[in-house]
Amino acid sequence: MSTIHTLSILVTNEAGVLSRVVDLFSGRGYNIETLTVAPTIDRNYSRITITTFANNEAIEQVCKQLHRLIPVLKVSDLSVNEALEREVVLIKLQVKDEDVDKVLRIAEVTGAKVIDITDKIYTIQIVSDEKQIQALIELIKPYGYKEFARSGKVAISKN
Amino acid sequence: MAKELFTGAEIFLKSLEAEGVDEIFGYPGGVILTIYEALYNQKAIKHYLVRHEQAAVHAAEGYARVSGRPGVALVTSGPGACNTITGIANAYYDGYPLVVFTGQVGTNQIGNDAFQEADIVGITRSCCKHNYLVKDVKDLARIIKEAFYIATTGKPGPVVVDMPKDILTAKTTFNYPSEVKLVGYNPTYKGHPLQISKALKMLKEAQRPVIISGGGVLQAGAHHELTKLAEMLEIPVAHTLMGKGTFPESSPLSLGMLGMHGNYWANYAVVHADVIFAVGTRFNDRITGCLKRFARDSQVIHIDIDPCSISKNVKVDIPIVGDAKNVLSSMIDELCTKALLVDHKAKDKWLNQIEEWRKKRAIPECPSDKLSALKVIETLYEYTKPFKPIVCTEVGQHQMWCAQMFKMDEPRHFITSGGLGTMGFGFPAAMGAAVADKNALVLNIAGDGSIQMNIQELATCMDYGFKVINCVINNGYLGMVRQWQEKLYHKHYSETKISSPDFVKLAEAYGAKGIRVEKEEDIIPAIKEAMEANCSVFIDFVVENFEMVYPWVLAGQPLNKVLLSNSQEI
Repeated sequence: MSTIHTLSILVTNEAGVLSRVVDLFSGRGYNIETLTVAPTIDRNYSRITITTFANNEAIEQVCKQLHRLIPVLKVSDLSVNEALEREVVLIKLQVKDEDVDKVLRIAEVTGAKVIDITDKIYTIQIVSDEKQIQALIELIKPYGYKEFARSGKVAISKN
Repeated sequence: MAKELFTGAEIFLKSLEAEGVDEIFGYPGGVILTIYEALYNQKAIKHYLVRHEQAAVHAAEGYARVSGRPGVALVTSGPGACNTITGIANAYYDGYPLVVFTGQVGTNQIGNDAFQEADIVGITRSCCKHNYLVKDVKDLARIIKEAFYIATTGKPGPVVVDMPKDILTAKTTFNYPSEVKLVGYNPTYKGHPLQISKALKMLKEAQRPVIISGGGVLQAGAHHELTKLAEMLEIPVAHTLMGKGTFPESSPLSLGMLGMHGNYWANYAVVHADVIFAVGTRFNDRITGCLKRFARDSQVIHIDIDPCSISKNVKVDIPIVGDAKNVLSSMIDELCTKALLVDHKAKDKWLNQIEEWRKKRAIPECPSDKLSALKVIETLYEYTKPFKPIVCTEVGQHQMWCAQMFKMDEPRHFITSGGLGTMGFGFPAAMGAAVADKNALVLNIAGDGSIQMNIQELATCMDYGFKVINCVINNGYLGMVRQWQEKLYHKHYSETKISSPDFVKLAEAYGAKGIRVEKEEDIIPAIKEAMEANCSVFIDFVVENFEMVYPWVLAGQPLNKVLLSNSQEI
């Protein structure tokens, strides 16, 4: 049975590493749901966080194959552990005057923040987990969003 | 005093020398002219000019297979580099160590669609163990050191080093590193002691055990250990195509090859085994048949140096990640510390059962009175046996017949493309074998289809005096595909009838020797004549068109559904 898996992959920070990692997924026909990459505190290394739908056997095989790549140092399947996950979402809305209060209230209860207001354009930001982000999207939909951008997950294990 | 400066091209050659490389295969071109200039001025490294870059890589692999040392190929950018892909993929699938050096356009031109530019690092990413684009001449020596280290350690494989033109002319000092630092690369050699004990316990208690010996045993140089363990525990051994020579086929415990065209009894033993002990094999579909039915009632112990091979196809009960030689030695050591109690009654029953199965053999059928391909290969084997030939093959029917006929007691004497199944591999690989072992009798047993894929290398053989005896099993068809069409596609021989040049005249045109054989009594005289010749030879064995390879387990069928003759219904 396919479930969502979050893989945290520590790699050396050099050109071409990301394509090696991504190729492993595309070469086996897996779709990457989300992908984030950034250097760690030690800039010699980067962390790649990938979420993907796959069954357990397939994920085990992908993890082994990732390990086989020379620039890959560590691969963790965070879905099997208790992990903390966060994602950043930016939503640009064109809000009618009569809806402004409602939109602001939705932002407040979902923990989102208005980060920019220009003439009738409100941009809100939420940093949260999948569940909370989904709740915000459902609530805000009726008010007509203009643009929507999400970062993809970053995750860290609890212990 | 200022330190001496060297160009990238000089550093390249000095690094090869430091790695102990003295023979390479290659083809020059625009962007690597500086290397060829540096080659011109030295004597430490011998370069063999091939006629096609693909052949350079296959030759390097043939060299690696016979010598156990990494093979090296050097080609130019763009088309030169692209032509190496099949060779690189072939070595990757079968796990042989190669370092392939490709030229690249200057760093300021990369990505600009320059003349003879190809993104070879991108193209080879999925078919090599690792690859590098050198961006600073100061990195060159380190990268070459790493490339050889990665190619030869863990599960061996090909590594590609792409060298832009300006890197080869830039200058720096030369310090060849004495060790590599690769934090993300630490192959496991030593098996887990607990797993080893568990495996031994299972093997000792097994009533119907069988060993499957693969190419990993050869790579690890573990054939003596495997033989010793099998003999101590009295376990019969089946080998894969890549595992040929890892267990002496003359031993009564040898079951020969298993799989699609393996022995009936080898397949039956594997199907009926209660414990399968697989060493250095990745359970390719050609040896498992229908996966769902494979090892359904048996427990599986699997040693492999590559964790990816474990539980990829077949679910394993006791996995042991490690080098076959290391793990098998530990097993033998542990066995020696305790009194060994083999249940002879159960073992005898099992071995007797296998003896019963041994009576079931494929029935050779030659539909007409033309020369039989099987007879040719059998005679080649019998006649050349005392000379311990290195036997290379191409891919197809002749390859399977050779795997069945040639009984090997030693590793590194049967050179064939297993995983990728590359037609055109055999002849250049045979060239590489001839370079690796200059006194060996080198045979390339080929089909009339395969040989035409890299036939141009006869010119290379003539230039350098390599002696390869090409035995062309000429049946006028792409035989293996035709065999499938006969049984599975209503005898619709769609595009499998293939014509050939007059191989005798062709050989002569290259200055080589050509012999044609159409009658059984001419086989041995032809082999004798070929062996006496002082150059490469083509023997054109004109054989029956419609012979079939049996035993045959059709693709997707379980291993015990073995066809033994053409009259058997599928």
